Amino acid sequence: MSVKDRDPLTGHQTTGHEWNGITELNTRVPRVVWFFIIVTHLWAVVVWILLPSWPLVTTYTKGILGLDQREEVAKKVVAANTDRAAWGDRIKSMSADEILENPELMARVNDTGHQLFGDNCAGCHGAQATGGQGFPNLIDGSWLWGGDTETVMETLRVGINSPHPDTRWAQMPAFGRDGLLPRGDVRMVVDYVQSLSGTEAPADRIAAGAEIFANNCTSCHSNDGTGNVDAGAPNLRDDFWIYGGDDEAMFRTIWAGRQGWMPAWEDRLTETERKIIAVYLQHARQDTVK
Amino acid sequence: MFKTILKPFSKFFELQAKTHYRVERHSMALTFGIILAAGVGGFVEIAPLFTIDDTVEIDPDMRLYTPLEQAGRDIYIREGCYACHSQMIRTLRDEVERYGPYSLAVESQNDHPMLWGSKRTGPDLARVGEKYSDDWQVRHLVDPRALVPESVMPHYAFLLDAQLETDSLPDRLWALRMVGVPYTDAMIENAGVDAVGQARPESDWADGVLDRYGQETAVRTFDGRTDLVTEMDALVAYLQILGHLTDLPQQIQPQAEE
Repeated sequence: MSVKDRDPLTGHQTTGHEWNGITELNTRVPRVVWFFIIVTHLWAVVVWILLPSWPLVTTYTKGILGLDQREEVAKKVVAANTDRAAWGDRIKSMSADEILENPELMARVNDTGHQLFGDNCAGCHGAQATGGQGFPNLIDGSWLWGGDTETVMETLRVGINSPHPDTRWAQMPAFGRDGLLPRGDVRMVVDYVQSLSGTEAPADRIAAGAEIFANNCTSCHSNDGTGNVDAGAPNLRDDFWIYGGDDEAMFRTIWAGRQGWMPAWEDRLTETERKIIAVYLQHARQDTVK
Repeated sequence: MFKTILKPFSKFFELQAKTHYRVERHSMALTFGIILAAGVGGFVEIAPLFTIDDTVEIDPDMRLYTPLEQAGRDIYIREGCYACHSQMIRTLRDEVERYGPYSLAVESQNDHPMLWGSKRTGPDLARVGEKYSDDWQVRHLVDPRALVPESVMPHYAFLLDAQLETDSLPDRLWALRMVGVPYTDAMIENAGVDAVGQARPESDWADGVLDRYGQETAVRTFDGRTDLVTEMDALVAYLQILGHLTDLPQQIQPQAEE
């Protein structure tokens, strides 16, 4: 059997190979396959002409549409900013109270704020802004550095104990580990501080703890233990504890100190975005209080 | 219907069938055809490398990975973090708005291998540095779901107990210099102590890190453990430098200012 032979049933040529009398058909590629191969090739040629495509050793063909990914994204970002400026500029210039009373702007704040909070803040403070062990609850109204919009915006801008040059800075010293107070004294201070928020303890231990507290703690936490928002010193008379209010957690706090770290957002979020988050939180707090 | 559409092309099909059949039966013609087809693919892949001098931006102030960060990078690769996290912000509006300025080639010029990736089970990490606190990073690696309930990330608590192996660091830096990372002799020689010094701000070794890698280098007890320099120290140090090796992207791109 030679190459030219045709199979009598199908009319197709054979490959010319034969195994024990069985020959192999040389069936053609179906024409519909060819159709799509041709169409896609023609489309490729069109794209080569329109878009950047072929490398030319030290440069590449730019395409007659002159598209550039970097310019495209820059244009889109600018266009999006212009779209948002319609309400973004009003948020920037209005006071927090005015925004809170404006339902149209609040719809924007809650929509955008939810996104911004979820992407940037929820990792630590939780999706409901209720915080967790070591991360402050932003809903309960107990603010280390003050909770009005201006202050929250400033905290967002510079962070707390962050690498930002203007960062807010505060540190709870390690009274026990660094040898400022012996172990027994730390325990008595724990009893005293717990008594401030209503936990029972023997009166003599409270009195002794109060004296140690007066000598060591009042410069930051103030004489009555209500703290100082200018220094980021927490109020010890309320029932909000960032690191926990039980014996063990409080002993650890006073013994080994605490120094939280809130990142600075100046480089990541714009002023308007920071304001949206601050107003969003204030609104969330009002909802909870109601 | 296809038959009618394809009718004008019937000559072409005849020609193709004939030539293909003929080429198939001549070994040299087939070899030449294969080389030609593969050559196009090779050219398209290789030619862009000729333009590398023009396409990679130049930043003379580009910072190198410190030995601790490089060790963290090796742990990042060892644990397969790249399988779920990319390090490449693409030139798309949604990515620029979420993650920050799109990635530039220069940012990866000291990465061997680069970890751009394209699989994002978790978020992109190209600019995650300093976005979260060290404490958060450590606790998140120890138990991701304690902080992010919906997370599917595995936990890496064992890193906190694994002492960092520093003996091989000079060799690792030397190998990187072989492929073009400009580590100096002093950097290679002191790689081991620099790794420990960066995680021990109060030790004598900390100053050497600042001298060799710049005053901006973060020298901290990254994992909060003062008794041991762990693999957690290295990994968190690496995560905290991501996106901060150069500020060129912020300079050349329009800020998303409103």
